[in-house]
Amino acid sequence: MTTTVAHVHEETDSPFALSHLDSLESEAVHIFREVAGEFERPVILFSGGKDSIVMLHLALKAFAPAPVPFTLLHVDTGHNFPEVLDYRDRVVAQHGLRLHVASVQEYIDAGKLRERPDGTRNPLQTVPLTEAIQQHRFDAVFGGGRRDEEKARAKERVFSLRDEFSQWDPRRQRPELWQLYNGRHAPGEHVRVFPLSNWTELDVWQYIQREKIELPEIYFAHEREVFARSGMWLTAGEWGGPKESETVETRLIRYRTVGDMSCTGAVDSDATTLDAVIAEIAASRLTERGATRADDKMSEAAMEDRKREGYF
Amino acid sequence: MTSTTEQFADVAATTLLRFATAGSVDDGKSTLVGRLLHDSKSVLTDQLEAVEAASLKRGQEAPDLALLTDGLRAEREQGITIDVAYRYFATPRRRFILADTPGHVQYTRNMVTGASTAELAVVLVDARNGVVEQTRRHAAVAALLRVPHVVLAVNKMDLVDYAEPVFAAIAEEFTQYASELGVPEITAIPISALAGDNVVEPSSNMDWYGGPTVLEHLETVPVSHDLTACHARFPVQYVIRPQTAEHPDYRGYAGQIAAGAFRVGEQITVLPSGRTSTITGIDALGESVDIAWAPQSVTIRLADDIDISRGDLLAPSGDAPATSQDVEATVCHVADRPLAVGQRVLLKHTTRTVKAIVKEIPSRLTLDDLSQHPEPGQLVANDIGRVKVRTAEPLALDAYKDSRRTGSFLLIDPADGTTLAAGMAGESFAGAKAAAVAETTEDEGWDF
Repeated sequence: MTTTVAHVHEETDSPFALSHLDSLESEAVHIFREVAGEFERPVILFSGGKDSIVMLHLALKAFAPAPVPFTLLHVDTGHNFPEVLDYRDRVVAQHGLRLHVASVQEYIDAGKLRERPDGTRNPLQTVPLTEAIQQHRFDAVFGGGRRDEEKARAKERVFSLRDEFSQWDPRRQRPELWQLYNGRHAPGEHVRVFPLSNWTELDVWQYIQREKIELPEIYFAHEREVFARSGMWLTAGEWGGPKESETVETRLIRYRTVGDMSCTGAVDSDATTLDAVIAEIAASRLTERGATRADDKMSEAAMEDRKREGYF
Repeated sequence: MTSTTEQFADVAATTLLRFATAGSVDDGKSTLVGRLLHDSKSVLTDQLEAVEAASLKRGQEAPDLALLTDGLRAEREQGITIDVAYRYFATPRRRFILADTPGHVQYTRNMVTGASTAELAVVLVDARNGVVEQTRRHAAVAALLRVPHVVLAVNKMDLVDYAEPVFAAIAEEFTQYASELGVPEITAIPISALAGDNVVEPSSNMDWYGGPTVLEHLETVPVSHDLTACHARFPVQYVIRPQTAEHPDYRGYAGQIAAGAFRVGEQITVLPSGRTSTITGIDALGESVDIAWAPQSVTIRLADDIDISRGDLLAPSGDAPATSQDVEATVCHVADRPLAVGQRVLLKHTTRTVKAIVKEIPSRLTLDDLSQHPEPGQLVANDIGRVKVRTAEPLALDAYKDSRRTGSFLLIDPADGTTLAAGMAGESFAGAKAAAVAETTEDEGWDF
């Protein structure tokens, strides 16, 4: 081969190689610190789901030994798992954080939002979120979104500019070069920031394991009364299930994602430890959203449409 | 169960490679990317089902792997890629982040974006067409952005009967061109993305090729080197001062090491003030360490209580960069509105943003043949040009060739925050070809 420049690659990298988790952690911490340095009123969207838990953990590390200089915001659909709400409140108390809650239920009770016929409330989060951002004048909003989750998210920036209506216009995104994040915005606009952009589901789980981060119990296998709908196991509850044609049964399940009870499906599992969960995910042939999220299956461009309207 | 977990122990210790692809739809880039994801078992059942369903709906018989990577409605409808998309996959040996960039001429800015964080770039050519104008453009972008490793993937070898001479001629032409531009490492690989030859699996159709497949090369290319030889640079992002009962006197400078390594005990200089101090501690996200290196995010503590804030740069006292208010650089213009001589802008360099004015635009560069057009007056979207900028405050700017992170900057429109241009300080290219160009245009102030 005279034409190929031959190179013998060392099987082992130099002592300066970082593991992939260290690289991702370092990048996420850099993003948190950029926002702290450049914005007036940042807020972390915190649901008590694993991605937002990892986000908070990284924020705590980024500013230690000082406290996290951000408040938290939870958009509560009213259909959240009680275990997750308990976890949320414990974490907030433990770290002396300030939590704002924007409640979908309150919007429905006030007649400002209408319940959808299918009972799912995830798409209803957009208005309370947008109004909370306007009301508190948040200028940077951290979300746990990852680019590996979904095709439209693959095109999302780490710093994503939103207008006063929180709209996302994929054709008007700023190019993101090197590690230079441009967060400049006009009054009334804000920036959504995604520190976990480059993480995969597996990275998140490996990091949780490495850092020994406590999670809500529903991420591990447990017995639960569930019923089948659209090929998923849903939790029986007051939110609108089961219907008459649906039968409840007790199964050993765990959740891969934690959203709303009405659209988050569980998977059959006997994984009661982190090691077992990770082994299951590694062997899984389904993406986490594909397996467990009804809200993304609505149409080929479901996520893109919701993002344009201001969803994370 | 144990075997998977054991495999995990391995995966948990893998490194991360960021790479970019360049090439047009016609070169089979989406197919190559789809093939990498598919054959490395990174495409999961539901994604594949979605692609199959969407392909059927469009009346295509076979699943179109390009649909894996075209995420937006407009792209799927028009069958084009309009933006950088990021893909993630892993093998037991390494984790990959792929910046998948469109290859059309009007999307130069996207390739520049993808290449800016890449340690490796894959340039695709069609074996039937060989090195074309667009190939030279991709090589030039990779050279300009100083991507350390370039792979030339000669695709569609199945359409030229897997003939070695065809591959050898293309590889030779490309290698010569890219070397002249100063690309430090080039690896040419003959592939068929459609048939799967040499992408993940070695090809039985090309016994004459003894090198690695694309994936093997991606898995083994070095992602780190000896950082002690680099100029160490630490832009301060944020000052951590808890002022709590527990930590009444803690004062740490938080940031991500941009280049090289820092050690406890080292004397440092703060730029632009020029004050000096000694490193007394390095906190690496929860543990105290004696040494830390790029790209670790750390907090550095110093012996003296000196005035340091966001935007300052720490460097070893014996190896501090000069500060200047005059920046000469190559820029890629990335906005739809033009950049003109006399324009007032903001310049963002590391953690520092300063006011600046565009003093001169000595020339615009055509990437196809590296020809220059003196005094264009302005740059428009996707133009590459030389600029001279005067800043309101001194900057500790390195040459981009020495440090991609401290030699790069953005020009921003102060009116609405639009990113206008991506800048690289100092000379454009490292190679002999560029030097030859410079000789003919010395009086125009080129320092190619």
